[in-house]
Amino acid sequence: MQSSASAPGGAGASAVPPRRSLADAIERALPRIVLGPTLLVSLVFVYGFILWTGWLSFTESRMLPRYEIAGLVQYISLFGNDRWWVAVRNLGVFGALFIFVCMAFGLLMAILLDQRIRAEGFLRSIYLYPMALSFIVTGTAWKWILNPGLGFERVVQQLGFGSFTFDWLVNPSMSIYTVVIAGAWQSSGFVMALFLAGLRGIDESIVKAAQVDGASTPRIYWSIIVPSLRPVFFSAFIILAHIAIKSFDLVMALTGGGPGFSSDLPATFMYAFGFTRNQVGLGAASAMMMMMTVAAVVVPLMYSELRSQRRG
Amino acid sequence: MADHLQAQVAGSQRLFRVVVYGLLVVLALYYLMPLFVMVSTSVKTLEDIRGGNLIALPAQISFAAWTKAWSGACTGVDCSGLRGNFWNSVSFVVPAVLISTLIGALNGYVLTMWRFRGSDAIFTLLMIGCFIPFQVVLLPMAQTLGVLGIANSTPGLVFVHVVYGLAFTTLFFRNFYVSVPDELAKAARIDGAGFFRIFWRIILPLSPPIIVVCVIWQFTQIWNDFLFGVVFSSGERQPITVALNNLVNTSTGVKEYNVDMAAAIIAALPTLFVYVVAGKYFVRGLTAGAVKG
Amino acid sequence: MKQSMTRITVTALTLATTLTFSNFLRAGEVEVLHWWTSGGEAKSVAELKKILEANGHKWKDFAVAGGGGENAMTVLKSRVVSGKPPTAAQVKGPSIQEWGREGVLTNLDDVAKGANWDGLLPAVVSNVMKYQGHYVAVPVNVHRVNWMWVNPEVFKKAGAKIPTTWEEFAVAADKIHKAGFIAVAHGGQPWQDATVFESVALGVGGADWYNRAFVNLDASALNSPTMEKSFATLRTVQMAIDKDAANRDWNLATAMVINGKAAMQFMGDWAKGEFTAAGKSPGKDYICMPAPGTKGAFTFNIDSFIMFEQKGADAKGAQRALASAIMEPQFQEVFNLNKGSIPARTGMSMAKFDQCAKDSSAEFESSAKSKKLVPSWAHGMAMPASVQGAMFDVVTQFMNSSMTPKAAAEKMAAAAKSK
Repeated sequence: MQSSASAPGGAGASAVPPRRSLADAIERALPRIVLGPTLLVSLVFVYGFILWTGWLSFTESRMLPRYEIAGLVQYISLFGNDRWWVAVRNLGVFGALFIFVCMAFGLLMAILLDQRIRAEGFLRSIYLYPMALSFIVTGTAWKWILNPGLGFERVVQQLGFGSFTFDWLVNPSMSIYTVVIAGAWQSSGFVMALFLAGLRGIDESIVKAAQVDGASTPRIYWSIIVPSLRPVFFSAFIILAHIAIKSFDLVMALTGGGPGFSSDLPATFMYAFGFTRNQVGLGAASAMMMMMTVAAVVVPLMYSELRSQRRG
Repeated sequence: MADHLQAQVAGSQRLFRVVVYGLLVVLALYYLMPLFVMVSTSVKTLEDIRGGNLIALPAQISFAAWTKAWSGACTGVDCSGLRGNFWNSVSFVVPAVLISTLIGALNGYVLTMWRFRGSDAIFTLLMIGCFIPFQVVLLPMAQTLGVLGIANSTPGLVFVHVVYGLAFTTLFFRNFYVSVPDELAKAARIDGAGFFRIFWRIILPLSPPIIVVCVIWQFTQIWNDFLFGVVFSSGERQPITVALNNLVNTSTGVKEYNVDMAAAIIAALPTLFVYVVAGKYFVRGLTAGAVKG
Repeated sequence: MKQSMTRITVTALTLATTLTFSNFLRAGEVEVLHWWTSGGEAKSVAELKKILEANGHKWKDFAVAGGGGENAMTVLKSRVVSGKPPTAAQVKGPSIQEWGREGVLTNLDDVAKGANWDGLLPAVVSNVMKYQGHYVAVPVNVHRVNWMWVNPEVFKKAGAKIPTTWEEFAVAADKIHKAGFIAVAHGGQPWQDATVFESVALGVGGADWYNRAFVNLDASALNSPTMEKSFATLRTVQMAIDKDAANRDWNLATAMVINGKAAMQFMGDWAKGEFTAAGKSPGKDYICMPAPGTKGAFTFNIDSFIMFEQKGADAKGAQRALASAIMEPQFQEVFNLNKGSIPARTGMSMAKFDQCAKDSSAEFESSAKSKKLVPSWAHGMAMPASVQGAMFDVVTQFMNSSMTPKAAAEKMAAAAKSK
């Protein structure tokens, strides 16, 4: 689509040409002028700050930023740090599971709710309300429910299953999975809403045609409906990945990064080292590593998706 | 024979419905459990909490914790509860939501109907930027706000939230406007309407569904934000999330869990209200095209 | 001629006098960053607010809770970087010197000399409050960290003796466990793990070794048989802790001792507030004792306010008033009565304080003389934050894995090199 704003009026040429071309010029430039502030803001406050962080990751900043370059010393220190590798591994595990579980639950609930259920609105509110809560609230509530001595385990034991254990929260090798449970609880409702909207937007005629052809319901879902939800999968993935990477409040409230630091994530690592431990340089290096990993995964995905959208 | 078959089909359909409803109920329990824990704890007395387990029903119901959370709990030297902070949050959330929504709408409009060379690249740039973790921007933003002279003030906080909300609002509006037919704008231009005219008269009236989605999303994000609120405000201007954190997190003092839970629910009420009441419009708005293309 | 001269002189003198005293007469505003937000703590800070407002100054509260100061430190750094530091902030230990190095703190020597701070504070304490010999911070209280809180009923029921050495501890813990109680109430959070460990280390290695290892960060003291023995002893303590301890808040652990489910807790003197709130009295319902092996030694944790360089005479005057008010006996007494700690200022009457506080105060002065007054490294009094964080990682990892004491000692020496 061309950006030219066609001149008002048609062939009538009695208006003063210079004034018209000035108005033209402004009109033509308007899209750029409107988008300009946003672009500027993004360049300065996002990319500029990323560059600033990058600069700091090459310095020896301790409590407050210092700007003298000191080489790769922070990165060397970072790669030799056990806790960092635990955090990275956790991000992989948590990220993958979180996205998968939210998508699966979201899709399942959307499909179920799409079956012309009575009280659909009521049930939808129940699935959606967790999104309204802040992560601090979510983390605190789930911390108690998952607490072996006080919560779920105790309740089931009191119901008679004396040997039931559910101590993931206090188990170093399982603590990261509790973050998945709480995180999925919070975010899958939103994914459900996305999928529900997507399902409602599907063209009924294609489905009907398939049914007339004799295809079974599971087949219809698998071959027609799910593929046509592809843009929704994309949007959901972007939003969920964004939440997973930024997960900070949830971890702090639920496990505090523990037991020990077994449920640490790069975001909490960066905060702890950058602010609490007065090692801003190291925190900056970890932030750069985090962002580079994100870029490596997200950028190609976005690029290919936007490309196919333009064509399609 | 036909009867038998019909009965079989009807039976399997009923089984299917049972399974569907069953799954929905089990899922609903998973979602409701934390809310139940929060509410029941907030009406228990402290002895009840200390002695019992957290999923048990309260022995006696008392709303003292709620009154204390609203107007009597300590969030610092000030012991006047969350009341004041509630309005502080409103004072910056509303402008931030409105401004970021408006700019997002204009951006979406430009990106779909006034495309120019590089506008798609700008959009991609904007989208990738939304992954930046907020801890990274705290120090440089503090320095920048200091230089601009709006450090530690409400306008400063509104500015920060607008800056970091633009990526999402632009995404929502762009995805929505992509499905608005080009002919509308083209016809209007031939009729002599300019850039803003088309926006106000034609595009905006089509937008309520996506405006609702965007406002709900932004409101939730900004109302629930803690990090920016704690770093870029101070004292009496602190948002409700910061006050809640102060209330709940005592390092060496006695914890009152019922007050904590009541306070957490109070802090969450506006967003809960928005989601429950406007949830229907939220889905409708998403259906209308927030997520396509 | 003479009349106008007189008038001019009088005016000049009045002006001079007013200007000289204007620092003390004009009302300024103080903005104080702290994280004392609970009932008892908030009441303590409110005392300071009252005193300042009585002197005509205005108090602007700036409370940021969370994690024992983590959020507050983030906010503080952002404020300093933006060019508008608060009047005072709750910072303690070596961090005071780190802030001093940034060049943003003010010099309180004028207030200190006027009120003889050097004479009122033990050298160990006043050194921490100074940067390059000048006072930049004011101490508010003194917490003792190497306490052991005991429920005597549980000991009686188990037929065990309250331990005074770590060998006795192992015996007692075994008896208590066999009787069906939990021996040690604990919350598996890094700072709590470190708090227990530092008392163990002090009891095993003594004050001299403790200083060499944790204050001087001497590698030969850190990676040593004494350190290995400390960790081995920590293992025995860990055996005595129940399996649900992970991420439990410290006050819930204290509740276990109060309710008679557990026999003892190793925690600082703020635990006393929990006992008091539950209506228990010292000596009868609970006993406060130094942790095994640490009798006569005192691990101190001092809360203090650092003062930032302010612009404008009003602000400076108010800041001076704040600094001197904090060291006054009136404030020191009321604050510490509310908080469960003892005054930083020596030579005060302890009549209003309870027995545990009286014991604490006596030991504070005696341990200073016998050189057994040591800074609590678990609470940020002995080493830079980066080293403390790294050592937290080692201790907490030890508690959550099968790390050997030897490996732990090596890691502690490596942690000391953190920058």
